[in-house]
Formats: sequence, C-alpha cells, structure tokens
Amino acid sequence: MPGSIPAFDITSPGPAAGPQAPVSRFGLFRMLRTGVGLAGIVLMCGLLAVALLAGRIAPSDPFASVGPALSAPTLGHPMGTDDLGRDLLSGVAHGTRTSLVLALVVSILTGLIGVIVGALAGWEGGRLDGALMRLTEFVQVVPRFFLAVIVLALFGAGLDRLALVLALTSWPWIARVVRAEVLSLKQREFVEAARSLGAGRARVLLREVLPNALPPVVVAVSLSAASVILIEAGLSFLGLGDPDVVSLGYLANNAQRFLRVAWWMAVFPGAAIALAVLGLNLLGDGLNEVLNPRGTP
Amino acid sequence: MPSRYLLRRLAQVLPTAAGLLVLNFCIIHLAPGDPAVALGGEHGDAAYYAFLRARFGLDRPLPEQLLTYVSNVLRGDLGTSFVHGRSVIAVIGERVPATLLLVLTALALSSVVGVWLGALAARHGRRLPDVTLNIATLLGHATPSFWLGQLAVLALAVGTGVFPVQGMTDARNPGTGVRYLLDVLHHLALPALVLAANELALTTRLVRTGLLEALATDYVRAARAKGLPEGLVIRHALRNVMLPVVTVIGSRVGMFLSGAVLVEVVFAWPGLGRLLLSSLLARDYPILLGMFLLISLGVILANVITDVAYAWLDPRIRYH
Repeated sequence: MPGSIPAFDITSPGPAAGPQAPVSRFGLFRMLRTGVGLAGIVLMCGLLAVALLAGRIAPSDPFASVGPALSAPTLGHPMGTDDLGRDLLSGVAHGTRTSLVLALVVSILTGLIGVIVGALAGWEGGRLDGALMRLTEFVQVVPRFFLAVIVLALFGAGLDRLALVLALTSWPWIARVVRAEVLSLKQREFVEAARSLGAGRARVLLREVLPNALPPVVVAVSLSAASVILIEAGLSFLGLGDPDVVSLGYLANNAQRFLRVAWWMAVFPGAAIALAVLGLNLLGDGLNEVLNPRGTP
Repeated sequence: MPSRYLLRRLAQVLPTAAGLLVLNFCIIHLAPGDPAVALGGEHGDAAYYAFLRARFGLDRPLPEQLLTYVSNVLRGDLGTSFVHGRSVIAVIGERVPATLLLVLTALALSSVVGVWLGALAARHGRRLPDVTLNIATLLGHATPSFWLGQLAVLALAVGTGVFPVQGMTDARNPGTGVRYLLDVLHHLALPALVLAANELALTTRLVRTGLLEALATDYVRAARAKGLPEGLVIRHALRNVMLPVVTVIGSRVGMFLSGAVLVEVVFAWPGLGRLLLSSLLARDYPILLGMFLLISLGVILANVITDVAYAWLDPRIRYH
C-alpha cells in the first residue's frame, strides 16, 4: 500500500506515546511490513550493493576508453558507450557509489550539526535558543544550490568542498526537528524522574532526552540525503562536478551534447539518480510510518 | 490586512539581507587568489589591478571594505561583467523576464493542477485513482528536472518534432504580434511542463494529506450532515489545506529556481540558467556573485510574499 505521506508537520512538538526505543529490531521488522518501507529498503540495498561492488560490476574503468564511441547498448556494453568509447555501465556503477558516499557524508555532518544546534536551543532555551533560531532561519533562506555554485566556481570543484557546503547549509531542518522534540520531551515525567534521581543536566540530555528525540531525525536525515543527491547531480550537470570522480550528473552533462544521437547516454545515468532519490524518499516515508505513527493520516 | 503586520514582517527582512551581504563579502574574500585578479581576470596589467584595488578599496582595512561593498550594492552597483563589459545588474536584468515567464508559468501549472489532483486523490482515498496518483507523485518527486527535460526532448521534440527542441522563439521565422506570442508559447510548453512536474508531485501529496486529515474533522462532518454537496464540502476543507501548501511552495522558491536553471540549460531557454552556464564556462565571477546575491534576495522576498499570503488566508496569524 503506497498510501504513506511524509509528515510535513514533524517539526511541531506532538504528544508521543511514551519513550520509544530508537530503531530497534522490532522497528526494522515493522518497516518490512509497510509497503513503502519494504520498497525503500529493497531499493537502497540494491543501490548499496551496486555502490559497494562497483569495481566488480563495472566491466572496466569508468574513465578508460574500451569500445567504439557512441555505441548503442549491446551485450558487451549493456548501457552503451559514450563519445569517447567509455563503458556507460561502469560510469553508472561508479557514479552511484559517488552519489551515495556524498549523501552519507553529508547526512552524518548534517545530522551532527542539526542535533547539536537543536538540542542546545531546545534544552538551554532563553537567549541561546533565540540566537540559534535566528541563525537557523538565516541559513534556511540561503539558496543551497546557488551557494554551492559560487563556492565550487570560486574555490574549484571538489567533492570535499561540496560536502562541506551542503552540510553547512542543510542542517536547519534537522535542528528544528530536534529542538521541537527536546522542547516536548523535557516536560515529560520520565525526564523529571531522572532529574529527581539526581542525574546532572548533561546526563539527562544525553541519556534520556536525545535518544528519544532521534526517531524523527532519522526520517529527516534520509529525506535530506535524497535532496543532496539531486543537488550534486544538478551541479555536475552544470559542469561543476569533481573532475577526478565519475558522478551521475557528470554523465548526464556529457549526454546533453549527444542527446540527438545517443539516447542511452541520457537515460541510464538519470534513471540511476531517480532510483537513488526514490529509494531514500521511500525509506524516509517508511521510517516515518514506523517511528512517528501519529504523523500519518 | 493590518499594515502593522506587513511592516513588522518587512523589518525582519533587514537583518537577513544584511547577513547575506556579509556572507557574499566573506566568500569573495576567502576565495583563493587576489580579489583584484578575480574581478579583473588573469590577463590584466598591474595598472588595471591597481585601478581595481583603488576602485573597490581593496587596499583599505576589511571593515571599511565591507562598508564600501554594502554601499555599492545599495546603489545597485554589483560590478562589471568582464565578458559582457557591462554592469552586472544590466546583464542579469535582461535575462530575468525569460526566467520569470518560465518559473511563473510552471508555478501556476503545478499549483492549479496539484490542488486539483490532490483533491481527486483524497476523494478516492486509497482506491485505484489514489494509488496510481501516489505512485506517480513518488516518481515525479524523485526525478531530477534536467533528466525529465532530456527525456521530454528525446520523446517529444527530437523524435516527433511536435515541440521545438531549443530556445524561446523560432530563430528563422520570429514573427511579430500574435504569431510571436504563439511562437513563444509553443517553445514555453515543454520546459514549463517539465519544471512544473517536480513541484506538481509535491503539491499533490501535500493537498492529498491535508484533505484526508481535514475531511475527518468535525466541521466537515457538520457540513455533510446539513446536506452540502461533496464538491462544496471539499472547497470548505481546501481553504484550510492551502495553509501548509502555501508555506511549502514559498519555502521551496530556491529549489524551484535551481530546477529552472537546469531546465533552461536543457532547453537552451534564454534566461538566468543560460547566463549561469556561460558565466561558469567563462569564469565571469562578478556575474556569478551578482546572481547569487539577487537570487538570495529574491528568495527572501518570496518568503515575505508567502507570509503575507499566509496571513491573508489565516486571519489568526495577523494578531500574534
């Protein structure tokens, strides 16, 4: 049943049923029972396998010229070759790896910054909260894509820079989610209980509040990873990709010049991008269905 | 609407805009290499660099430079493009109408059709039309705009010749008056549809979720109980559903513009996207920086418009 919708209101503090166990065995099990979750897991496992085994799957080095130029898909080159005779399947497999690695790195950094900012703002409150939220609002209006364009144009293209720019601009959503959760959790009885047992503020935040605030963060991170893949693809499509690494956007950029003669050059890399984004979105929706059931109609 | 709300909202914009100016300034100064070289190209002579340093006050202390930069921007001086040899504002300004035409058409398309499709899906909750639409919106949301553009070109323009592949007008036969208008519309159709598709998916999902929630509320039950026709019930509920939809559309203006830029590149639409691409190739940094600044300010403006629309839709907001 594909009837799940991401809860766009997960930033609002809501009444949770009780301290939930973060993604547990049961969580994973329930994920598999939701249609979207299952589809997301299957898709992402497939793509992860491609990314991990890129060296095995790819018939050749993605930069090596191994066949006739602009050859349509054949048995030897299932996705055809590009204008320099490079095997496209190798390009797509390595490009998928690039996209997923970038998404993973940015997700970890974004999650870290978002959780720290959100937890500090929600837990400390007062002026620190005010200042951090002003900062969050500011970063939120900065257009990520165009900032990445000028940073890559001025400082030179590179995956490390791109990861840094995207991480430094993608955290506001996570921070707001965490802050809302912390604000709601810190009023709750089990937090008060921990406090009355003599636990210090830091201990209560780290051991009691944060673990329970994490489920919506997991959802937000997986959805934001999807947008990271789209942004990287768009930037590489403009020619701002890392010149030393094959990426799906770079392949699509190359395809643009040969659109009239080589459909396969455009179709396969774009399909890989769409599958990766779809997989992460489905995963996010599935996690959302399992972790915050209150968010779904 | 009370003008006090509007004034207060506009006052909140100032710090954000100031922050953006500082951010831009920092990027210019952190960029590797001499800013005079970055501004004047690599092939200027020493005198030209000295002229640039004096003109932009690059020999002055940083806080003073920031002041100079801000006052230049406030006077509409974003520097000179070294490819076009004209002021950045003028070069960008002449590309804005084409992009606005594309973006606004796509936005109108995706909003109107999205609300309609979302209402359709909600009315048929969990049955075939709903399930089909759900799958379609999931796919639509995951598809990169430039890829959809490439697919559209492959399927509809290159193969059949139904739609033109590139540009805004027919270069061989531009025409005037009504013919010109029809020509532009013919060229606009594909890029606008492609750009609308991503947003359409999101709008549809939002409207569907919102409506499903709204249709389960007491006021809808009351409206149904007194015998209102279903169409009218949905219209009542829609007004409440529009709040999150307006917010999300407003918060996505930046993403929407980046999608527009990529679609423009695919269709060679003569707007900001083409300018961005050619400026990237020519390393025309003043244009790139000017574009970032103007687009950021545009995003802020769009947020203000969103908030005003929100306040107009929901009277409660104005009095908080």
